[in-house]
Amino acid sequence: MPALLFMILITQLPFLITLYNSFRRWILVRPKEHGFVGLANYQAVLSDPAFLHAVWITIVLTASAVLVSLIFGLVVALLLDRKFVGRGVARTLLITPFLVMPAAAALVWKTLMLNPDFGIVDWVLRPFGGGNIDWAGRHPLLTVILVLVWQWMPFMMLILLAGLQGQSPDIIEAAGVDGAGAFAIFRWMTLPHLRQYMELCVVLGSIYIIQTFDQVYLLTQGGPGQATTNLPYFIYLKTFRAGNIGYASAAGVIVVIGTIILATFALRLVASMFRQEGPAR
Amino acid sequence: MTTTTASAPLAQKRVRRTSAGSRVTGPILTVVTWLIALLFFFPVAWMVISGFKTEALAAELPPRFLFTPTVQQYANIVSRGVVPYALNSLMASVLSTLFVVVLAIPAAYALSMRPIPKWRDGLFFFLSTKMLPIAGAIAAIYLLATTLHLLDNVWVLIILYTSMNLPIAVWMIRSFMLEIPIELVEAAKVDGASFIRMLVSIIFPLLAPGLSSAALICFIFSWNEFFLAVNLTSTRAPTLPVFLTGFITSEGLFWAQLSAAATLCALPVVIAGWVSQKQLVRGLSLGAVK
Repeated sequence: MPALLFMILITQLPFLITLYNSFRRWILVRPKEHGFVGLANYQAVLSDPAFLHAVWITIVLTASAVLVSLIFGLVVALLLDRKFVGRGVARTLLITPFLVMPAAAALVWKTLMLNPDFGIVDWVLRPFGGGNIDWAGRHPLLTVILVLVWQWMPFMMLILLAGLQGQSPDIIEAAGVDGAGAFAIFRWMTLPHLRQYMELCVVLGSIYIIQTFDQVYLLTQGGPGQATTNLPYFIYLKTFRAGNIGYASAAGVIVVIGTIILATFALRLVASMFRQEGPAR
Repeated sequence: MTTTTASAPLAQKRVRRTSAGSRVTGPILTVVTWLIALLFFFPVAWMVISGFKTEALAAELPPRFLFTPTVQQYANIVSRGVVPYALNSLMASVLSTLFVVVLAIPAAYALSMRPIPKWRDGLFFFLSTKMLPIAGAIAAIYLLATTLHLLDNVWVLIILYTSMNLPIAVWMIRSFMLEIPIELVEAAKVDGASFIRMLVSIIFPLLAPGLSSAALICFIFSWNEFFLAVNLTSTRAPTLPVFLTGFITSEGLFWAQLSAAATLCALPVVIAGWVSQKQLVRGLSLGAVK
């Protein structure tokens, strides 16, 4: 299986090298100080307030972006799961943010939309006394979350809409005949049915959003200060700005271990969806 | 209480509850839906519109929706040298997609139609690689690329994008292969068709829609990729996202030009996504949601 060999080589080799480097002292600007230092890098990373802060920012960023996208995605999916004029067009418009290159979207949001002087959001809010807000400067985390939700809500919506449309109409009809109200049907039938789709949204969304880099790099450059420095951006800074390969590798290994814990849950979930597919031939 | 349209095609036959209340709420919900859709689409529309403005118009408030469009900004980004970036993007996305499909077909086959021993482990190994944060290993990837003299070479992106998208393609193509009736394959075997012949005349035609949607998803992810492109290329092999980083500090200076560039970058994938909407869900959920 050439694909398997390729994947093992390309994905595992860099991680083995990362693991190896994480036990070495290696700072690019000080080439003479190479050597094994045992767990010193790990100690440095775990006792570094900046690293712990980046962990916290990553959790806040991922959790809020995923939750808001999920709830909003559910509302929009329910709205779209009806027959109305131009439904296909509305759906197409709604998925577009997910398709726009994230780097392009981040720059457009930063300038045309959210610029405090000439941005259109500022202009819209001005009559309500909300003008001249320096979004990226004063509310940096909120800005990044806003752009992330804008891009990821369509993703959640698509999966949830597929879930809604997979619901058996006969059962819903039967419940209606039996006198169940719209809310009761939603609470006791639709929601349980959607549960696994919602879990899939959360898991896949988390995996992608934890890795957020484009928006942070282009909207706020991790700042002001460290306000939006999440783990990918933190490791990027340590690798390319500070040139501290040993430290960055140790941080990388810790992040990978954390992700593996999360991924274990993810894999279990996908495996359970996959068993319902029936036995493979 | 409940009405179903008997004449509607089976796929669209969905239950509508038309109680007295929903005759009023129906139109309201439709308006709300449309408002949300337009709100979400607005930044994209605004980006496209601003790309046809002059710089002075682009930063003008109140915003101007009616104006004489100009293609000057597109000429400007061409003279700013966007073409080589676009060619690199095209090369990285198209070639990596091609490699992904070539590698994924036999892998998916071995994981579905003729399962190898421990096929389940193989399948989940592919998926697990997708979950590792690439930032964690960026230092090693950078050093490895330097050692192999692949830094700032479009091939480093091609190789990495192939590995990035291979799990998605394997899962997707596998789920499409499972839908091919096994009887067809058995019948071909009975008739004495060779493996290659069976592949070409039975599996490929049935798989074609699945393959094209898998390829589209891979193309989308490669085209939009930013992190690796920014960190591993600079002057010889930069792709379009790298071109965009030139606009980071454009505080009210080059908004029209930025909009034109952003539109150019976004356009291919937006169109590809619109065309393949139905397969998008399946690809994004790695084939789990049909």
